[in-house]
Parts: sequence; C-alpha cells; structure tokens
Amino acid sequence: MPQASETTPPRVGFSEWIDQQTGKLFVLPAVVILLAFAIFPLLISAYLSLTKFKLAAGGFSLSYVGLRNFKKLFFGSQQYHLLGTFDAFGIFEWAVFIAALALVAYWFWRFFTGGHFNIPGLIGRLITATVMVALLWLTLATVFGGHPGSLVVTLFYVLVGVSLQFGIGLGLALLCGQAIRGRNAFRIIFFIPLMVTPVGIAYMFRMLADMQRGPLANIWQWFGLGEFSWAADPWTARLVVLIGDTWQWVPFMFIVLLAAVENMPRDQLEAAKIDGAGGWQIFRDITWPSIAPVAATIVLIRLIEAFKIVDLPNVLTNGGPGIATESLTLHSFIAWRTQDLGGSAAVGYTLLFVATVSCVSFFNFIGQKTRKTEL
Amino acid sequence: MKDRSLFQRLFEPPSLTEMAPASRILTYAILILWAIVVLFPLYWVFITSFKLPFQVNDGPDFLPFLDFEPSAHAWRYIFVELGNDTLRPYMNSVIIALTSTVLAVTIGSLAAYALVRIQYNVKIGTIAGFIVLLGATVYAVTQFGTPWHVTAAIALALFFFFATSFGRHFRRSLGNNDILFWIISNRILPPVVAVLPIYLMFQRVGLLDTHVAMIATYMAVNLPIVVWLMRDFFAGIPIDLEESAEIDGASRIRIFATIVLPLARPGLAATFLLVLILAWNEYLLALFISTADAQTMPLLVAAQNATRGPQWWYMSVLIVIMIAPIIAMTILLQKHIARGLMVGAVKG
Repeated sequence: MPQASETTPPRVGFSEWIDQQTGKLFVLPAVVILLAFAIFPLLISAYLSLTKFKLAAGGFSLSYVGLRNFKKLFFGSQQYHLLGTFDAFGIFEWAVFIAALALVAYWFWRFFTGGHFNIPGLIGRLITATVMVALLWLTLATVFGGHPGSLVVTLFYVLVGVSLQFGIGLGLALLCGQAIRGRNAFRIIFFIPLMVTPVGIAYMFRMLADMQRGPLANIWQWFGLGEFSWAADPWTARLVVLIGDTWQWVPFMFIVLLAAVENMPRDQLEAAKIDGAGGWQIFRDITWPSIAPVAATIVLIRLIEAFKIVDLPNVLTNGGPGIATESLTLHSFIAWRTQDLGGSAAVGYTLLFVATVSCVSFFNFIGQKTRKTEL
Repeated sequence: MKDRSLFQRLFEPPSLTEMAPASRILTYAILILWAIVVLFPLYWVFITSFKLPFQVNDGPDFLPFLDFEPSAHAWRYIFVELGNDTLRPYMNSVIIALTSTVLAVTIGSLAAYALVRIQYNVKIGTIAGFIVLLGATVYAVTQFGTPWHVTAAIALALFFFFATSFGRHFRRSLGNNDILFWIISNRILPPVVAVLPIYLMFQRVGLLDTHVAMIATYMAVNLPIVVWLMRDFFAGIPIDLEESAEIDGASRIRIFATIVLPLARPGLAATFLLVLILAWNEYLLALFISTADAQTMPLLVAAQNATRGPQWWYMSVLIVIMIAPIIAMTILLQKHIARGLMVGAVKG
C-alpha cells in the first residue's frame, strides 16, 4: 500500500514501539485482573441476585425471578434472618428516634443556610440521611425487645467495634508517645495481634472464654458464674466476638496513631506546658487537631474492613446461638452453602450497598471536615 | 523548689520533659496491663499445646513444670500420626501465599509506577464501549449458548476496532487519579459479592480446588493494596535520576528495573510483608474455592471443631504452627511492616 506509507510517520523499530507502549503495558495487567476478578464478578453477582439457582444434570441452571430474592429477604420468609424480628416502639425508642430526626433536620437546616448549597450535596445528604435513619429505625426496632438480624449484628460489630478499637488505640498511643523507657518493646508487643490469623484468634478466645476449664475459670466461679454459658446467650456471644475483633484490630489504630502523635510539633506542646495548660486542654487544642486527619483515614480504612467480618463469628460461635452472631458475610456464605445462590448474592449486595453508603458518607461528611480544620 | 510536699512531688512533673511519678506509674501500669492482654492468649495457646487431655479438662493450669508436666503427645500426633494431612495444607499455604504475593507485588508495582510517572487519558467512550460489549458477551453466552471463548474473542476484536477508530471522538476522559481511585475503591467491594461468580467461573473451567485458582484470586484481591501503597513509595522517589537516564536513551523498562526498583526497596519490602501476611491469613475465599487438594492452614484449623470437637491440645498445636512464623516475622520485621501501614494511612 504505497499511499498509506506516505501518511504514516517514519517506521520505527520493534524495540522502540515496545518502549512507546510500555505505559499501557505497565497498567494493563492490573486493570485486566481487576476487571476479571472484581468488576466482572460484580456484574454477574448482580445477575445472580435476580435468579434462582438449581443444580441440573452436568452443571446448573439459572432462572430469572426478578426481585424475588430481595423481597424474600426484606419482607418475606427470610426477613427474620436479615433484618430481625421487630418489636413495637416504647417511650425510649421513640425518644431516641425523634432526637435523631431532629439532628438530621438540624443538619439539613445548617446545609441550607450555610451558603454552600448545591444539588449534588443535597442528593448525597438525602441518601446518607435516608439510609442512616432507616438503619437506626431497624436497630431500635430489633435490639430492644425483638431479635436483631444479620444486618444489625454487622452494624453492631462495625460501630461498637471500631469505636472501641479507636478509643483503646488512641489511649495507648498517647501513653506510649510520652517520654518513657521501653517504648520500642511495647510497640512491638502491641503490634503482634494484628498479624495473627483471625481463625487462630477465634479458637484462642474460645479457649479463654471457657468458663469451666479456661484460665479465668476461678474468677468466674468466684462471681458465681461457673455454670453460665456465654455461647447460649445472644449478647454475651456477640460480646466475645467483639472482644476477639478488638484484640486483633487495636494494634492497627495504635501503630498509626502513635506515628501521628510522634510527628506532632514539639514546640507547641512545650509552649502550652509552660503556659500551664492542663492535659485535657493540650489534647483538645494541640494533639487532636494535628492527628485528626490521620484518625479519619484509619477509621475509614477500618470501616471498610470491618463490614467484611466473617472469620470470628463463623469459627468462634458458628453464627449461634441461632443466628445471633451472624454477620452479613456469614449470612451470605450460609445461604450459598444451602444452594441458595440467588439469596446469597442478594445478601452480598445488601452488604455492598450498606458498606458503600456508610464509607462514602463518612468520607464526605466527617473525613473531609478534619482535613479542613488542619489548614 | 526544695521544700515540695509529698503530694507535689508525686503529682507535679519535675521538669517540662519529665513526667510526674504518679502519672509515670499509671502509664506503666496501663501499658503493662495491655501487654498482658496481648501476650496472655498467645501464651495460653502455647502451653495448651503441651498439655495432656486430663490436664486441660481438670481446670486451669498456668505454669509448666509447676502446675503440670508438659508432654509432646499432641505435637507427635499432629506431625507423626497425621503427618501428610498437616503438612499438605501447610505447604499449600506457603506456596499460595508466596506465589500470589510475588505476582501481586510485581503487577501492582508496575501499575503504581506507571500511574505516578505516565499521564493517562482514558476516553469515557472507550470504557462505555467496553462495558456494552462485555454485557453483550455475557448475554450471548447465557441466552444463545454460544461457546464463551469464541464470543469473548469476537467481542475483544470489536472492542479494539471500536477503540482505535471511534474512541478518540469522545471528548471526556479519565486521568491518573481516576484510575487510581478506581483501583483502590475495589477494596470496598466485600469479597463475598465477588466470590460467587469467581466460584462459578473456576467451576466452568474445572480449576476449583487448585493452586492456580487460589493464587489468581488472592493476587486479584490484594492488588489494590499493592497499588495503593506502592504509589506513595514511588511518588517519594526523586524524578531527576529517571530523567537523566531517559536522556541517555534508557528504555522505560530499563529505568524501572535498574533505577526505580532498587530505590523503592524498603517500600517493596513493607508491601510484600503486609500482603504476604494477608494472604497467609485469608479464610473466606479459601472457604469457597478450595475443598481438599488446595486446602490452606486457616481452613484446616477452622475444620477441627467439626472433626474432633473441642480437643484443645491438638488445635493448639495447629494454631501455634500456623501463627508462629507470622509472629516471628512481626517481631523481627515490625518496622518494615508498620511502615507499610503508616504510608497507607497517613498519606491517605
């Protein structure tokens, strides 16, 4: 083709062509792998959640059932499993709920009068507010009187767990950030649990929580709890799962917050001490503003990971008693094990939705704010 | 300052850089208490692995040689009598964790480096075309039963044709930060959502319960973390060296291999260790994808309860051999691993 060669640039050698394409070649494998193992499965999962799975000769068959899987989970026979069983609101529940509604109203009022009104912000706030109020209503309706389902139990692990881990981690980091001897030894010891296999942790805490033969048996007996079985009571079972999770994840908060505390401006601290500022004042005015951005980031990372909790409840309590300690991931796994692939995918998608809304809301409405105060 | 009362000496710091004795004692008390909380469970598992059944059942014994006579019976049972049933999952874990980590770090570093140094413009039209063709492929396979590899090949050919011919006419495009955010945001995706199709995928091609399936899945799951961490490490490397090498005519691959990688070694070590530990500890994906041949240690340990009830002495041995290498690594290389966590979290 003589005409074509006139318009094309001068011929380049193979090695130069490769060099020009390296930019694409560097990124392509990662993109292809993520497409194949994350995006493609995500789409297939969306389709699976709308189908009924049946084992057939030489494989399986999928038949389209529309939103029936979701209907079953939210309103039908599986409602007790995902959402829980409800109890009528008492005075306490109404009080909390109305207080929360007032808070949301105040939040919107601030947004409307604050002078930064924009449509995407309004839509984002509406989604966040709707989901949060719905989750709060669900929690109030099931925790006090009813039986919470896997969604509320997951929220319990996430909210209580992450706050507890953050609190303990921050406290230890502040203590360890002072001029004390043996700081490095503490740092190494405190770091260990993060790396221990969660399955191992689950069995470890089962041994420790054994009220007749475990190391704390004498203490339980002294309290007259020797015959008490924590595994048979929903809240103590959840508490044991929570303790195991906290034991594992405090180190993450600790190690990162310690780095942030150590990077704090020394001169400000000393100036404050000379001026006679108290411990709480120093924390509120100097320490907290300087570590807040880091704190927001690690809480976000922890939120993302906390929603995926499965190892501990599965091994520690097997999801029991009944479904009391089941997280959403475990719920999804159990549905899969009973050949209910559609239901499993639907639970997975519920988790994806709640986790994404929560994490994005946190990032936009809390995480961003800490960065602004830093400047 | 000489005539300070006892109260003052206890509660007032002697100087700006020192702590008051009372708060020093309190600080140590809390730190030591938490150290006990961390170490005691590990100690308990360790000594339980040397206990005889009756010693476990009779109630808590705390000190070896004083409270009870340690015995290696459980260790003998796990290693000699069970032998291969223990070693095979162990070797599986080693192979899968190491291979998937090496692959993830290699591929992820390449992508992270490119995203730091090369400017990309991905046309939104190209992406839209890709998604449409992917949807059409899936639809064709499920509805008309066409062989999936033929359909995929046709779709791919159409995609390249589309991208090279019409793709450039769509104006809006995505830059490096968008690609990066997309890669990292895959971390929000709960594994349980992705694992069902992956399971069906591997079942289709007959790779369920193999090393290949496990390695591929672990690699994909850990890839976002690698890209995220390595991006920060690469961004911290001064660009001058690379530019002068480029003027000298070195190719990008050469620059990457001879200049960038050696400089990023601490970052690579941190990322490698972190991802290795994540792969070693992984449980949920293994639960779906492997059953017997490719079973990993977390699965073996988790299955103990079903097969032999609460026989803590055997389980303790398994837990000890599963977590001992990790703990040894953590103590020895704590600084490197923590650096990985810190870069990720502090820079966001």
